Amino acid sequence: MTTLSEDQDLSGKSISLSPTHILSHRFISKLSIRPSMAASSSSSDNAPATSSIRNAFGNVLAFFILLLIGVLAFSIRLFSVIKYESVIHEFDPYFNYRVTQYLTKNGIYDFWNWFDDRTWYPLGRVIGGTVYPGLTLIAGTLWWILNSLNIPLSVETVCVFTAPIFSAFASWATYLLTKEVKGTGAGLTAAVLLAMVPSYISRSVAGSYDNEAVAIFALIFTFYLYIKTLNTGSLFYATLNSIAYFYMVCSWGGYTFIINLIPMHALLCIVTGRYSSRLYIAYAPLVVLGTLLAALVPVVGFNAVMTSEHFASFLVFIIIHVVALVYYIKGILSPKMFKVAMALVVSVGLAVCCAMIAVLIALVASSPTKGWSGRSLSLLDPTYASKYIPIIASVSEHQPPTWPSYFMDINVLAFLVPAGIIACFLPLTDASTFVVLYIVMSVYFSGVMVRLMLVLAPAACILSGIALSQAFDVFTRSIKFQLPSLAGHSHVDAGDATSENVVPNDVAKTEKSEDTSKERTSRKSKKKEKEKEPVEKPLSKSKLKKRLLVLPLETSIIAIILLVFLGAFYVVHSVWAAAEAYSAPSIVLTSQSHDGLHVFDDFREAYAWLSHNTDVDDKVASWWDYGYQTTAMANRTVIVDNNTWNNTHIATVGTAMSSPEKAAWEIFHSLDVKYVLVVFGGLVGYPSDDINKFLWMVRIGGGVFPHIKEPDYLRDGQYRIDSEATPTMLNCLMYKLSYYRFVETDGKAFDRVRRTEIGKKYFKLTHFEEVFTTHHWMVRIYKLKPQKNRIRGKAKKSKSKASSTTASKRKGGIRRNPF
Amino acid sequence: MPTAGIEPLTSCLRNSAIYQLCWALLRLFVFALAPTQKMSKLIFSIFLTFTLIPLLCTSFSSDTPSDRRVLVLLDDFALKSSHSLFFNSLLSRGFDLDFKLADDPKISLQRYGHYLYDALILFCPSVERFGVSIDAAAILNFVDSGHDLIVAADSNASDLIREIATESGVDFDEDPAALVIDHSGYAFSATEGDHTLIASDNFIKSDAILGSKNIEAPVLFQGIGHSLNPSNSLVLKVLSASPSAYSANPKSKLTSPPSLTGSTISLVSVIQARNNARILISGSLSMFSNRFFRSGVQKAGSPTKHDRSGNEQFLTEISKWVFHERGHLKAVSVQHHKIGEADEPAMYRVNDDLEYSVEIYEWSGTTWEPYVADDVQVQFYMMSPYVLKTLSTDNKGRYFTSFKVPDVYGVFQFKVEYQKLGYTSLSLSKQIPVRPFRHNEYERFIPAAYPYYGAAFSMMAGFFIFTAVHLYNK
Repeated sequence: MTTLSEDQDLSGKSISLSPTHILSHRFISKLSIRPSMAASSSSSDNAPATSSIRNAFGNVLAFFILLLIGVLAFSIRLFSVIKYESVIHEFDPYFNYRVTQYLTKNGIYDFWNWFDDRTWYPLGRVIGGTVYPGLTLIAGTLWWILNSLNIPLSVETVCVFTAPIFSAFASWATYLLTKEVKGTGAGLTAAVLLAMVPSYISRSVAGSYDNEAVAIFALIFTFYLYIKTLNTGSLFYATLNSIAYFYMVCSWGGYTFIINLIPMHALLCIVTGRYSSRLYIAYAPLVVLGTLLAALVPVVGFNAVMTSEHFASFLVFIIIHVVALVYYIKGILSPKMFKVAMALVVSVGLAVCCAMIAVLIALVASSPTKGWSGRSLSLLDPTYASKYIPIIASVSEHQPPTWPSYFMDINVLAFLVPAGIIACFLPLTDASTFVVLYIVMSVYFSGVMVRLMLVLAPAACILSGIALSQAFDVFTRSIKFQLPSLAGHSHVDAGDATSENVVPNDVAKTEKSEDTSKERTSRKSKKKEKEKEPVEKPLSKSKLKKRLLVLPLETSIIAIILLVFLGAFYVVHSVWAAAEAYSAPSIVLTSQSHDGLHVFDDFREAYAWLSHNTDVDDKVASWWDYGYQTTAMANRTVIVDNNTWNNTHIATVGTAMSSPEKAAWEIFHSLDVKYVLVVFGGLVGYPSDDINKFLWMVRIGGGVFPHIKEPDYLRDGQYRIDSEATPTMLNCLMYKLSYYRFVETDGKAFDRVRRTEIGKKYFKLTHFEEVFTTHHWMVRIYKLKPQKNRIRGKAKKSKSKASSTTASKRKGGIRRNPF
Repeated sequence: MPTAGIEPLTSCLRNSAIYQLCWALLRLFVFALAPTQKMSKLIFSIFLTFTLIPLLCTSFSSDTPSDRRVLVLLDDFALKSSHSLFFNSLLSRGFDLDFKLADDPKISLQRYGHYLYDALILFCPSVERFGVSIDAAAILNFVDSGHDLIVAADSNASDLIREIATESGVDFDEDPAALVIDHSGYAFSATEGDHTLIASDNFIKSDAILGSKNIEAPVLFQGIGHSLNPSNSLVLKVLSASPSAYSANPKSKLTSPPSLTGSTISLVSVIQARNNARILISGSLSMFSNRFFRSGVQKAGSPTKHDRSGNEQFLTEISKWVFHERGHLKAVSVQHHKIGEADEPAMYRVNDDLEYSVEIYEWSGTTWEPYVADDVQVQFYMMSPYVLKTLSTDNKGRYFTSFKVPDVYGVFQFKVEYQKLGYTSLSLSKQIPVRPFRHNEYERFIPAAYPYYGAAFSMMAGFFIFTAVHLYNK
């Protein structure tokens, strides 16, 4: 509740906080009864008129709260637009933006068959077959709808705001999922928490146009539909579930999380004896339809049945059929016959399973990586990537997270989650086991890769929502019992209403199987104590138990105040994270210093220079980080980009960067490269520049071309660029391109990132010439000199006169004031 | 060079009588309308500038590769008459020769960034420094921007001339007093007895450089020798010394072995730079002189005596080559398209059949003639050639072939790299992406898969029947 009221504060709405917590909470607790009322039409005359008005009012209130949650989720992500401008952020979003532009311009079939010749020169890239199209299709559709409604938004605007829109959807999906698990109150709390969880904000601020932005919604929604199917046993929801899964497959490679988590849950249910026909309906259609649909996505294709990531689902699929068969046979046979049949089936089934497993193991073992992709293997063995695949290990978001990043990204949720897990166990249902399983798995995965913190965030929100809502439930009920004015009358009223509503519900459901109704009622009425009891037991007993749960008034009030403070702390932290930590677009940087705000717009300056001063078909070489931006913003062909699909090609560029000038020139020349772009932070202290990434270039290059050896670049195992650096380091292309003419800036050549003076200050470039350096020297562009027109003779004569004139002329033309 | 749009217009203007007419009318207009003399002068000078610009920038255009305006730098004007035969042969071929003293302070190669000359002849072996605006770097820049150069050195060649030669890839003998001496290949002569007047007939075997007509008489040479770096692919020995030649100072006694000996000594070399600018470097200025042109020659040990030396023919032919009257190729109208189509596609698909054609012409000095050869090859190239085919020709300049695009997608290039001795190098590359099949370009039904289709449909039918029976058969 506290979080709700604060969300209203945040979103700037002037809704008064005059209704007390107690009052509004009562409405929420009533809401949990609503579905059962709706289920039985005869209950209207049983229930008092006041109650139905309350329910209606509660519905409307919940609806508006959800609306506000959506507004909150959307608006908290607009800090980046307000503080900076409406631009696409970072690296991958630029590719998505470019693809979306192509889609809106050329239509879906051309997009599907798009062969991009402006990247990975000269190999090209089949975009249609290597991209997860979900995000692009959604944004393209949004743009198309808006344009056909005569709302002429640019594609960029639509792309910028796609992520905030989908985070609103994601919080609604969280509400639905949590409602299925623990009821409306928990649902609303979880939705509020998710709307502003920093981990998710980091990936979905306005402008962060990346797959994860829509994939988290798809993930939660798929889980919701799975739980919904599990609770209702409806084939309709099962079909919807497959379609939601299909959308998730379209959107993000993280769909393997779903297709492994759901089988694990199904298996858990079977093992713990919770098998039911509802589980079968929830699981079997998802595997069959989902796999078929997933295979339709070109980037997945036959992987949906060929790679180990999907095998768990097939294995559980077999098991669930065996179990279903056993239950069926148990139903039609006499117990004696069943024992005989059981022995037969088990032995035959075991034999078949063994054979299948043997075949699978043989198949898997025959492939060198055991059928697992590198990224998945590094999930299971966190040290795998750093040992074998430098290109995966080099990405910062593939590193394991540090402890502070948990506090940064999920904040107080980290402490609420255990309480939520306990709350899930109190009435252990299929749905709550699923949530527990979800949190356990995602905690593990987030510990492996910092990027997967994103998967943890919704689970943490759901469990924290459950925990908070249960805590408020207990405390407010305690207060209600003890407040003198409300105590007798209000409590009886509430208790009566609850019991009266529960009874018709169970009567209506008597035709259903017994355990179903038991679970459903226990879930909906939120009375922990009722779980193991037949519903027809006298009410007095439940009242008695309820009284036992009552806490002292002072404790309750203090606890509520503390919880409110906890929530407030979370909100303050989230808003701070959204405003300060996660809304920087990373193509425009700012720094606050004593003489005001500095804006570093060097990247766009450099890309604009490229697009205005170079030929359309010129090739630009840079480290792969800047590939997407170069193609999208400068519209120039690049050699490698952020889609790191060809290790050899990247290694070629890495080798060129770590070679001496002449060798590098030859490599670049063979790739028809005209310009080389390096990012240099030494002047302004921008730490993620190419010199800091350089060891990865050496490692990746050396992995393919063994003449590049990492120790050659390290002095006694230390990476340094000062006068102690190795000659190989001081002569490699990256060093030269980064520090060329650097000494002219301050006379000492002091590198502000490495906090040292550089080792070699005065040198000339022989095979490259500087053509552009941005305002703060953050991006430097060099042109490959053409082959010499003439070849000199052997005679040694000082050519100082000739060369000095040309050099001075060139410098005079290009030299720029760095400030 | 102005933008492409202006060039055809101005050249058309320049080459026609209309231009003259316009010019007269404009002058009339200016004089009639300008109120004062001063203003008319100003306007006139503006017009002059504008109308001169097209004249100033006619260097080495692809339309007429031959040079027109030649600057001749001399040590002194006596050379103008003593070498008049050589100069007259140039004048008769239509060149404008501009004779200047090498140390004339007013000479300049370029004005307002445009070169005033198409070629440069340096007959000034002893000059230590040129006039104000020219130095060795300026001359090399002149070459690097596509202009031609003839350098004649002599026994007292200055450091400046040597530097230009070295930058071009030719190393003169470092001993400043050395001359090429040949005790078995010298020419009989009445006066000199130190065997420095050499009669050489070791020509390069290239019709493109020396013309198709055989040079009968040996060429007289008296001067310094030079050597070439064998790894230098741009420089060619046109006239080399005999195996018995060596380079030494004839006046002093030979104390140490000479640094240059035998046929590694080059007497006359040509360089074709990567931008097709051509340079002729000769160790002898006197070989261009009227005296050598006219004198008879008899090589030592040879019974035949020629009335006239081969100098005139040799130097005329090689100057034709240097000034791009021969051996200059151009490739135009590169075309490629799918077989059966006329338009050039923006992209090919794997396994397309395509036709490629290019037209290659050779400049004959006045017109573009079809170039005929059977060794022009085209590559279909992506990091390495996937297809390499020799083009067939229709003898009218058109070269063509057809081939199938390999089953590999990527960004390919049509590459023609044609480098033949004596000809300008042709290097054409045209980028063309090759895409994989579209989703609807695959076979829809594969015969081998019919059992699977059958299985799928029978399964569906069976399931339907089973459902019907199960639901309605109670």
